[in-house]
Amino acid sequence: MMKSEFWYRFLRNKLAVAGSVVIIILFAVSLLAPWISPYDPGEINLKLVLSPPSKSHLLGTDQLGRDVLSRMIWGSRISLKVGFVATGIAIFIGTILGALAGYYGRWADGFIMRFVDIMLCFPSFFLILAVIAFLEPSIWNIMIVIGLTGWMGITRLVRADFITLREREFVQAARAIGASDFRIIFIHVLPNAMASVLVAATLGVAGAILTESALSFLGIGVQPPTPSWGNILTAGKDNIDIAWWLSLYPGLAILITVLGFNLLGEGIRDSLDPRLRA
Amino acid sequence: MLQYIIKRLIFMVPLLVGITIISFIVIHLAPGSPTDLQTELNPRVSAEVKARMRAMYDLDKPLHQQYFVWLGKLATLDLGNSFSPDRRPVINKILERLPITIAINVLSMILIIIVAIPIGVLSAVNQDSPFDKITGVFVFIGFAMPTFWLALLLMIFFGIHLDWLPISGIRSLNYEYLSTWGAYIDVAKHLLLPVLLSAFGGLAGFSRYMRANMLEVIRQDYITTARAKGLSERVVIYKHALRNALLPVITILGLSVPGLIGGSVIFETIFAIPGMGQLFYMSAMSRDYPVIMGILFIGAVLTLIGNLIADVSYAVADPRIRVS
Repeated sequence: MMKSEFWYRFLRNKLAVAGSVVIIILFAVSLLAPWISPYDPGEINLKLVLSPPSKSHLLGTDQLGRDVLSRMIWGSRISLKVGFVATGIAIFIGTILGALAGYYGRWADGFIMRFVDIMLCFPSFFLILAVIAFLEPSIWNIMIVIGLTGWMGITRLVRADFITLREREFVQAARAIGASDFRIIFIHVLPNAMASVLVAATLGVAGAILTESALSFLGIGVQPPTPSWGNILTAGKDNIDIAWWLSLYPGLAILITVLGFNLLGEGIRDSLDPRLRA
Repeated sequence: MLQYIIKRLIFMVPLLVGITIISFIVIHLAPGSPTDLQTELNPRVSAEVKARMRAMYDLDKPLHQQYFVWLGKLATLDLGNSFSPDRRPVINKILERLPITIAINVLSMILIIIVAIPIGVLSAVNQDSPFDKITGVFVFIGFAMPTFWLALLLMIFFGIHLDWLPISGIRSLNYEYLSTWGAYIDVAKHLLLPVLLSAFGGLAGFSRYMRANMLEVIRQDYITTARAKGLSERVVIYKHALRNALLPVITILGLSVPGLIGGSVIFETIFAIPGMGQLFYMSAMSRDYPVIMGILFIGAVLTLIGNLIADVSYAVADPRIRVS
């Protein structure tokens, strides 16, 4: 498909453009965090504990008098980092296993797909929670574990693409001129399977951000004093009867971010192949 | 039919073995042994005591021996004893908490079916109508909603602002003194928010799926035939189309089991419900190996059972499945 055709469809899709704008703003905010956040996110001010939104603290302060807006601005870095690294890991594993299963078929396919079936039996949140609890919660461990439990869907997608692509003429041609399996898989077939991977990756980032915030909310994700949207919400729950602003704003940020990535993902899918539109 | 069920059961065996291996690896490859934790907290524990504890939990044996010992016990539903101070058998700890978790999940599944199927059908039948568009927006927001956040908001609104609903536990402090009906209502009030929220996550996906199914069925030839022979639109949609659109729903219900069970960790922790999810959370926090391993395993087995029930009900509902 022509690139210009993709952009033509994409730019006409208002929701997809809206999603992209949200994501661009989010990137800008997290890059510019040191300059645009009104306060130091770690600055404790015990005179202003749990003060409601006001002119000096637009979104109020938390239980240690820290500025919620500044903490949310810095928290956007955590969300994006976890979203992208975790999805990167999932894509890496999922693509390789899916390519091997789809290209070689037979026992490789049987073995890999049974493995996928087994992994899918575990409630993924159970698996993540178990591993995190043993590994000491840290941002790196969270990224790795979310990635390691999120590759199964991508494996299925890539495998399906490889099964239809491996018998195609350009693959036979490559084989005829003596290209190695490695070359055929990664140079010839994989680029043709990247479209569905790209869509899955965009939606995957949204899912990883949601999982991270849930883990941090439960206290087994990103640890204070590092600010993340999830752990600000923990403070919100602890002060649920007095400080609604601690519960409201970080969740809204999560909702809008995830919505942005979902809209972008669906937009990419519809623009790549309008027939897939649900 | 019996043959089909047996075939599905045999297919489950390798999955079950895989599940045991993975739960075992997950727990044992992770650093931080439980004996370390206990000695950290209590510096007076001698090396000898440490060694005795290792022996007691088989931690000194090679990994594969530990696994087979564990597997052997598993066959008799002996999941070992908890590492927590009460030292109770894991299976008892889990079984006493399982009913409430299953009850909440079954209730939320029923709620999902009751709400999502009509929404999906109505938006498919009235495709591109205002109703379809509005539900479409809700579905999209539903996909992106962090449900634990929604839980917080509802707790603030209904629990604190309006003070209509309790926000923690499954019964009030004065539960013992309530009449039979009062007690039922008390439990219902406690479970209302958790069930609603647990269902919320599935609602969006499920109604979207139902809509897609219905749209596909409506375009089939036999629907055109039904219309052509002069049946009323109501009969065409609700008798001819709906039945076939409902079939794949059974599979999706089976597939949604792990998500629901996994979500129970979050809801039970937020609402302080004494179910399996809360037990899992507490055990993960205190590194209670046997309990974590037990719940991980039982969670996966529940998923397998959910899938089996879905497969069998599908075969009952659709004879084509049994043959192929």
